[in-house]
Amino acid sequence: MEAGAVLLAGEGISKSFGPVQVLFGVDFALRAGEVHALIGENGAGKSTLMKILTGYEQPSAGRVLVDGEASVLPGSAEAEHRGIVLIHQEFNLAEQLSVAANIFLGRELRRGLLLDVRAMHARAAQLLAELETHIDPGRPVSELSVPEKQMVEIAKALVREARVLVMDEPTAVLTARESEVLFRQIARLKAGGVAILYTSHKLEEVKAIADVVTVLRDGRHVITAPTATLSVDQMATHMVGRDLSDLFPPKTIVAKSETVLEVAHLSVPGRVTDASFTLKRGEVLGFAGLVGSGRTELMEGLVGLRPAQGVVKVKGSPARIKSLEDASRLGLAYLTEDRKGHGLLLNMSMRQNLTLLGLDRFAHGLIDEKAEERALDGAIRDFDIRGSRTVRVGNLSGGNQQKLLLAKTMLVEPEIVIIDEPTRGIDIGTKQQIYGFIDRLARAGKSVIVISSEMAEVIGLSHRVIVMHAGRIVGELEGEAIGEEQIVRHAMGIEGMGIEGKKTA
Amino acid sequence: MSNVATAPAGNRQRPRFRLSVLGPLIALVLLIILGASLNGNFLSVGNVANVVARSATMGIIAIGATFVITAGGLDLSVGSMAAFIAGVMIIVMNALVPSLGTGWGVVIIGMLVGLAIGAIAGGINGALITAGRIEPFIVTLGALGVYRALITFLANGGTLNLNFQVADTYGPVYGGNVFGVPVPIIVFAVVAIIAEIVLRRTRFGRHVAAIGSSEQVARYSAIKVDRVRLATYVLQGLLVGVGTLLYVPRFGSANSSTAVSWELEAIAAVIIGGTMLKGGFGRVWGTVVGVIILELIGNILNLQSLISPYLNQAFQGVIIVIAVLLQRSRRTAN
Repeated sequence: MEAGAVLLAGEGISKSFGPVQVLFGVDFALRAGEVHALIGENGAGKSTLMKILTGYEQPSAGRVLVDGEASVLPGSAEAEHRGIVLIHQEFNLAEQLSVAANIFLGRELRRGLLLDVRAMHARAAQLLAELETHIDPGRPVSELSVPEKQMVEIAKALVREARVLVMDEPTAVLTARESEVLFRQIARLKAGGVAILYTSHKLEEVKAIADVVTVLRDGRHVITAPTATLSVDQMATHMVGRDLSDLFPPKTIVAKSETVLEVAHLSVPGRVTDASFTLKRGEVLGFAGLVGSGRTELMEGLVGLRPAQGVVKVKGSPARIKSLEDASRLGLAYLTEDRKGHGLLLNMSMRQNLTLLGLDRFAHGLIDEKAEERALDGAIRDFDIRGSRTVRVGNLSGGNQQKLLLAKTMLVEPEIVIIDEPTRGIDIGTKQQIYGFIDRLARAGKSVIVISSEMAEVIGLSHRVIVMHAGRIVGELEGEAIGEEQIVRHAMGIEGMGIEGKKTA
Repeated sequence: MSNVATAPAGNRQRPRFRLSVLGPLIALVLLIILGASLNGNFLSVGNVANVVARSATMGIIAIGATFVITAGGLDLSVGSMAAFIAGVMIIVMNALVPSLGTGWGVVIIGMLVGLAIGAIAGGINGALITAGRIEPFIVTLGALGVYRALITFLANGGTLNLNFQVADTYGPVYGGNVFGVPVPIIVFAVVAIIAEIVLRRTRFGRHVAAIGSSEQVARYSAIKVDRVRLATYVLQGLLVGVGTLLYVPRFGSANSSTAVSWELEAIAAVIIGGTMLKGGFGRVWGTVVGVIILELIGNILNLQSLISPYLNQAFQGVIIVIAVLLQRSRRTAN
């Protein structure tokens, strides 16, 4: 495992966008056969640094060295040619093309003038099998799940014979088990001498798989050290520049309060079978389970975003929820896990996004833009949203987008808030804030359902945890019984006792 | 920290954003200067009023297209729809002459028929697109063919002419003045002002832009996506009707070559005005400027003798491409 030659390095890299400097003289070196983690809060400059190293952006000052030579990588094509591949957080796949076509995009195998489709399929199938992803190479990418798409991206990098593989938060969208597969592949690539640079907000994971870690804060290099010499707490402290001892607020004790939501025998065709549960006032109810276990689909069925059958009672009276509008009227709100695809209008400003769900509160004939601005003032203050008010929401950091999405949903003053993956892809400081918001909601007498694939989050926030497996509710844990092992055992389908599942932060 | 990351994007896009905001206005001013320098008559009240009045029908139709395109849709049928509406209006009015005479009664019934057909035709397009889940391009391409065939059929391959007395009664709707302002200009202005307010300042307008920006986000924000989308096509049809109300008294006839390729001119005006062809952002005033730009190009070519007026469409084409280039510079800024 000893690291080899420096394949890719940056010397004194600075980067400014207009008058704003986001990187300040950062030095960085990546060696062959090394897994190097780049960590820092959102906005610390990780993505910019990765883009500069892979030729997507040019540094304002400093230089990039490939194999020890100062190089200008004029674009990703040149970088790829030299074996440097970046896998974006939002994938770069042609959705309508097949898996095989994507893997060989730009390097198609030919026989004479024609494409050798059979050879590409065979090679793609072989690569995917090595990646433990058993999907038909002929399927269009649009039909794949997020983790499957990730594996296709990796297969694509393998075909390109990557010497340097740069991954932007590869595990943000993966469950613990899927991450395991990814880590095995990373280990395999590393053994083959590939240098791997990746970012993650999951520090336990960094600790487990990275050899070296570099911390950035506010665009400055803080420390580069062998992972073995840093504890997770030390990493977090370096990132934030302050102590983060209490990530989760202390749990309030739910008094014997009334049941506000009763769901009985709810089924979503093909996704969820016969789910029943209740929710009390002031309670935080966690939903755990693997990705694809039907948690999101259950909630979407509940709030009218998917066709569903079953009996729902809100505050004791039977409710017919056929559309999200019905749900809103009954005081139910759902925050999507996909804030970019389903949550926010990325080309619009904060104001239009904030009021989109509750627009009737601002429109009596004409929309009262002043009232909207006032609401935005309040949201920025209450949820600590940072960033320019006039900027397009797509340009905000993930944490600020999530806060805005939270503000948008809370604007309709729901009694029951369902939050799907509240902190996916968000830095640790913002996470702590969002946990605080959730806690405050519960204290204020609202009821909160939290769906999360992060075990620590479910355990740290919930008064009660429901575990789903393969579309069914398979367990319910309360109080002291809420523990990682119990949740994992249920999530794996109980009989699957062998828990190799590694701890994830 | 986060604002550090977001601020640059904001600063970077601002100058380009302004360019694309002001682009159509700058083009309009340049055209006016060019026109005025070529011909002293260009800025005369008569010529200006004439240009705006003639662009009224196209302008009103293009305002409808602004809503459809902002919502991420497309309507290729507006030209043949206009011809069809004009034909049916003429047939209805002519048929009513024996029983109702040639007065305003007949004209008003004709106008109501025109508006009703427009709304219904738009409703059919919208229903096929929303309930039928068919691409707008396909649905409205089909409708384009159907209405074009229907007007040819109704006119039996020839031309439908409005009864001369009825045409005299109806005439002032295009040729008349109120306080010295031509009626079509007044109608155009009223429609444009209302439409701008609706698009910019009402729930419906905000929902239209939201759907065009992301249908999924709209759906997850409790917006009735299908209903809003349907409404944009009904509105488009209705405005085709309004535009045709001004067209019929101007020419008093309809045939198979009436309003040919108006759909393309309407889309061109919308794009020149800065509305995003992909949806999500639209502005009515931009469309109004776009329509007037297209009309001015023809007008200027007619007022001078250096360049053949037959090159009109070439100039329009160049302007459209430049407009899209400006839009792209805005998109890449994100």
